[in-house]
Amino acid sequence: MSKIIASAAIRASHALVQKAEEMLEKAIGEKGKDFVFEFPDTAFYLPMIYAMTAFPVKTLADMKVALSMTREMLHEEPEEKLWKPYLGEALDSGMATLFAEEIILALRYINGLEPATDPETGYVYNGFITDTIQRNLGIALVDGRMPGFAAIIGAAPDEDIAVKIVRELQERNILIFLSGQSKDKNGEVTSVTKQLLRKNVALGWETYIVPLGPDTEHTLYALDWAIRASLIFGGKKPGDYKEHLKYQKDRVFAFAIVLGELDDVKWSTGAGAINMGFPAVCDTDVPVIHPTGVCTYEHVDKEFDHNKIVQKSIEVRGLKVTVEKPPIPVSYGPAFEGERIRKEDMFIEFGGQRSPAFEWVRTKELHEIEDNKVIIIGTDVEERYKKGGVMPMAVVIDVAGRKMQKDFEAIIERKLHHNINEAQGLWHMGQRDIVWMRISNQAYKDGITLEHLGVIHNTMAHHRFKSIVDKVQVTLYVDEKDVLALQDEARKVYKERDHRLAGLTDESVDTFYSCLLCQSFAPSHVCVISPERLGLCGAYNWLDTRAAFEIDPTGGNQPIMKGEALDATRGRWAGVDNYLKSNSAGAVESLNLYTIMDNPMTSCGCFECIVAIIPEANGIMLVQRGHTGMTPAGMKFSTLAGTVGGGAQNPGFMGIGVNFITSRKFLFADGGIKRIVWMTKNLKERLGEDFKKRAEEEGVPDLIDKIADETVAEDSEKLMEFLAGAGHPALEMDPMF
Amino acid sequence: MEDKVIKTADKEAAQILEWGESRGFSTCFTRAEKLKPCPIGESGACCKVCHMGPCRLVGKNAEEEGRGICGATLPVIAARNIARMVAAGTACHGDHGRDMVFTLQAVADGETKDFKIKDVKKLYRVADIIGVEFEGRPVIDVAKDVANKFMEDFGRQRGEINYIKRAPKKTQERWKKFGIVPRGIDREVAETLDRTTMGMDADADSILNHALKAALANGWGGSMISTDISDILFGTPSPIKAQASLGIFKDDEVNIVIHGHEPTLAEMIVDAVYEPELIEYAKSKGAKGINLGGMCCTANEVMMRHGIPTAGGFTNQELGIMTGLIEAMVVDVQCIMPALTEISKRFHTKVITTSEKVRMPGATHVAFDEHRAMEIAREIVRMAIDNYPNRKTEGSHITETFPVIAGFSHEYIEYMQGGRWRASFRPLNDAIMAGRVRGVVGMAGCDNPRVPATGMHKYLVTELIKNDVLVVSTGCSSASCGTAGFLVPEMALENAGPGLREVCEAIGIPPILHLGACVDNTRILTIASAMAAEGGLSDEIGGMPAVGIAPEFITEKAISIGFYFAASGVPVIFGGESPVGASKEVEKIMTEVWMERFMGALHFEPDPEKILALALDYIDKARERLKLRKYEPGKFGAERVLMDMAARREIKGSPHAGVGGINESEN
Repeated sequence: MSKIIASAAIRASHALVQKAEEMLEKAIGEKGKDFVFEFPDTAFYLPMIYAMTAFPVKTLADMKVALSMTREMLHEEPEEKLWKPYLGEALDSGMATLFAEEIILALRYINGLEPATDPETGYVYNGFITDTIQRNLGIALVDGRMPGFAAIIGAAPDEDIAVKIVRELQERNILIFLSGQSKDKNGEVTSVTKQLLRKNVALGWETYIVPLGPDTEHTLYALDWAIRASLIFGGKKPGDYKEHLKYQKDRVFAFAIVLGELDDVKWSTGAGAINMGFPAVCDTDVPVIHPTGVCTYEHVDKEFDHNKIVQKSIEVRGLKVTVEKPPIPVSYGPAFEGERIRKEDMFIEFGGQRSPAFEWVRTKELHEIEDNKVIIIGTDVEERYKKGGVMPMAVVIDVAGRKMQKDFEAIIERKLHHNINEAQGLWHMGQRDIVWMRISNQAYKDGITLEHLGVIHNTMAHHRFKSIVDKVQVTLYVDEKDVLALQDEARKVYKERDHRLAGLTDESVDTFYSCLLCQSFAPSHVCVISPERLGLCGAYNWLDTRAAFEIDPTGGNQPIMKGEALDATRGRWAGVDNYLKSNSAGAVESLNLYTIMDNPMTSCGCFECIVAIIPEANGIMLVQRGHTGMTPAGMKFSTLAGTVGGGAQNPGFMGIGVNFITSRKFLFADGGIKRIVWMTKNLKERLGEDFKKRAEEEGVPDLIDKIADETVAEDSEKLMEFLAGAGHPALEMDPMF
Repeated sequence: MEDKVIKTADKEAAQILEWGESRGFSTCFTRAEKLKPCPIGESGACCKVCHMGPCRLVGKNAEEEGRGICGATLPVIAARNIARMVAAGTACHGDHGRDMVFTLQAVADGETKDFKIKDVKKLYRVADIIGVEFEGRPVIDVAKDVANKFMEDFGRQRGEINYIKRAPKKTQERWKKFGIVPRGIDREVAETLDRTTMGMDADADSILNHALKAALANGWGGSMISTDISDILFGTPSPIKAQASLGIFKDDEVNIVIHGHEPTLAEMIVDAVYEPELIEYAKSKGAKGINLGGMCCTANEVMMRHGIPTAGGFTNQELGIMTGLIEAMVVDVQCIMPALTEISKRFHTKVITTSEKVRMPGATHVAFDEHRAMEIAREIVRMAIDNYPNRKTEGSHITETFPVIAGFSHEYIEYMQGGRWRASFRPLNDAIMAGRVRGVVGMAGCDNPRVPATGMHKYLVTELIKNDVLVVSTGCSSASCGTAGFLVPEMALENAGPGLREVCEAIGIPPILHLGACVDNTRILTIASAMAAEGGLSDEIGGMPAVGIAPEFITEKAISIGFYFAASGVPVIFGGESPVGASKEVEKIMTEVWMERFMGALHFEPDPEKILALALDYIDKARERLKLRKYEPGKFGAERVLMDMAARREIKGSPHAGVGGINESEN
């Protein structure tokens, strides 16, 4: 019964708090109490302690304070008979365990023991998950590519079962964290990580399988990751623990699958997770807790059948995963997108300078094509394919639909990359006429044929664009002459499209689109997407959102009639303001699309890049996600990001998509790109030619050289020195304030 | 075995009673046997509010044709009688509350060193509710303002009492609509007496409506103030292990019983009996130590906070003395049988009265004064010790005791459902929605020698938990369950229905939660309000699958409690003959009319099986109205609503969605 769980959770919390105290004393003895610690690349100190208590642990002395708070959450074990209630006490103990584990892992970092390395295989675990990774995944969290998170703790009875469970989760797009160990069916202590390594399963963020560390305590890294969702995307204040935990329960669809026997630490860590609304499903005969209320559904359940444990876990968490899988003989889903196919594993390839290849989506009339048909045109096709190696390839996708528009061709075309890449053993890079595809030996063995390429596109075009696309037909050309001839035709169309896109301006349309996708995580944030300002995640431009609205009229992208222009320079429209008032949960009253100084756009948290004002330079700086160095604003990206996210307007600070920088509307009211006084080298390189062109338009062709980067300045003083030396235009511009 | 009239269902009590009867001792049980209730008064048909009468309206068609000398009809007379009972009950709990406020004031003014603010968090919680600033202020200043603000509730002439706003909005709206928001506690008591005297209100509905107002001044006034100030001064209870039985007295120790209702002096005595000097003093008189026990609601108060054992409820008081083991029975207010001094004469027991309001010939009076409380407590303990050498060998010694888990305050019940980080009423609401818990019954009230005392409680709670109904108990119902050995977690494993059992196992609770004394019925009011706020059930107290039962009610306090529960939206069933049984019209007003207006009712039903059936019927009807899944034993579970991304974007700022996310409530 539950008392067994509560007793175990309470016992372990005492043991772990004591262990943390002992480790801490030792560390203080060695390093002194003022020794400073932070987890790699996070603005949130020890995130769990910080979110729950608002206490920022910065030094060993702070850890001592945190542990004394933790002691207050410890309780007595329930007695054998005539016990007093234990649920609340067990949950407190679970939280105490998380606090203790967080400090233990921090101390392990200090001692150079994290990320852990597997002594047998030399495999280096992920360790602490950085803010950058969290933000990188932002858009995947909300668009359905990563609807849930499973922490697998322990080891499966054997390697095949381990692979099976993981594959099943991958196919449902569930991000998988691995930690802890237990005995397999032969009584050997092992872990799912080791079992997967033995089966050569690719591990890592790209494949949705993230081994955190060998011990149960490492599960805390996953919980630390989860709790930052409410800090970053939810905009919940540190210390507002009720709000944080409610957010976790309502919006973070995480759960645990516990394989093998449970010890006290597993139960106690589980009790900590239950505080967050994350249930556990075990494959052993454990006591269950079915009554609901702390979690949405069952708190602890069991499922002995490994064929059913994934489905059961998903249901227990209340998660709905809809996956469209084309009828192909390999696994399919975003989790397989990250796989690489090395040359020695490759069976056949197309394009990539090795053979002519391209992809092209064309609009046809309904009567012109046959739905779901795959036509392969070429000589000795089967024979050539069976031989492997290299083949030319033209993928021509003809779509027809009553609501199909020419503008949607490019959007459908951009998804071709994902269509192919999501198949296990298929790899895709580039687009249009720079495409490169590979099929692995394993996929070939599994039965992948050329026709399957067409089948995938047919299925996925219907799935992704269901209300636009009524019919799809794919034609594959594999003879070089055909490919080359059609390629010329396609190139003409590519050019026309680019031209049309360049002519799209904010003034030329009367409708903008909102993007509310992130509201599942950041309920008050609204992205307003105009032809000249793409979404801050970089994933959606105006055409995308327009198509998305056509596909799903009640979905996450809604039209916003601009209405009366209230301020053309700053980019303020009556229609936009009205829309925001009713769709931002009251957080935003008014928006200026073209300035950072007054009612700027809010952010969810997954912006590609941050714009921040540097008052002394009369300009702004730009830093992209993933840059870990210091900036002249005196804050690293991770700290700056903390001031921008969560759906609040912060004049002087803004999250944007990288491509917005070269838009004519970038800080239009503030002086445009001439305000950029500092940006990272990485950004300079990424923007390259586009930026140069814009600089010429602005009359400062060498602007890029006048802008400082991290190689010349990481603080304000050096920055000012550089700007003065370079004669940066911002120094002469009107004051920003 | 010969047929024997069962007078009490408390086995230990029955043993002592038998022993006493064999010696011809008079007890409430023997007197109840001899003295049958007057049938005219019992049914509310006797009017003695003026000296033209007493008028008794009996006979055929009394309801339609009977008139008093003044012309009062039977409904008016029955309504007046019960309204006056409400007034008396409200006066009792009002005085209790007033005394608590006086003590809090004395602490805040620094006039007493013996009491202090033990639970600052609760003080802040209360301050927050009644609108007293507390952030950044000295605790003592906050306490002073809180005490003063509560004191206003007694003498206020216009406006409304502080705690009204603690009820769900919809409940408050009903009160406003029918004009029963109490202004001041004393005012409503006085007006009830005024209205019901000769030549005043002659409309039964109007009289009863005002009685509801006077009752709300008890539930959301005097009693609630008592509960909260007790928590502030003595600590908010959390589960604690204790013993219950007439067997708690020790042969070789000085036995002291604290009996009555107010915890103030009792708290001091609890401290005093642990003082080494007094223990030494007891030893000097040949005792091994000092053993403190409680009785009636004082017992509940000190059991919840200190684990002091209880010798049982109201009907056990004389029997306690008959153990011959009690050196001193210290009494304060309410439910103190005048018979105590008489029975004490047969033994060495000293009855010590402490309240100016309760004087008894033959008792020793030691006036309590909160300004020198500890000094008085020590004096009383010394008197008891001094009396130890006088103990005679005679008495009926019982040794069996029953363990009890007590101490379920509102705050703890919230905590136990999620710990300090996730405390809420979500799991309980979920359990009701999912059909694991069919409903909740508040078991309250007295134990009555006219039925096998405590027997109705025992029967009903056993049946209720078997039917997956969670029981919360207060007052002498707690004592009845405790002395029966029911207040233990194992009770759930052995006797609860399968759904209730799962919930009890998940949390680790007994299926019957000991909530405290009779003033602590207010904890049920605030819990019901919290359940309404949590969402998923009713958004007011009315309409919840919840019922109040006082199967062995005796006192006017109980009537007042029944009235305030009915006014708050809870159907209430009292056992025993109806004190308004003479008038069908009054019975109709108190059931059908009130149900329509307040979603509450007050029934009188002597048959325990019918009480059970009526309670379950109310619960099932409420479930039906709330569109909850139909209760079926052993069949329950959440209706799963699986969330895709679109559904997740729709989650607005609502609190934790309940099972399946149905019925989102406002944040």
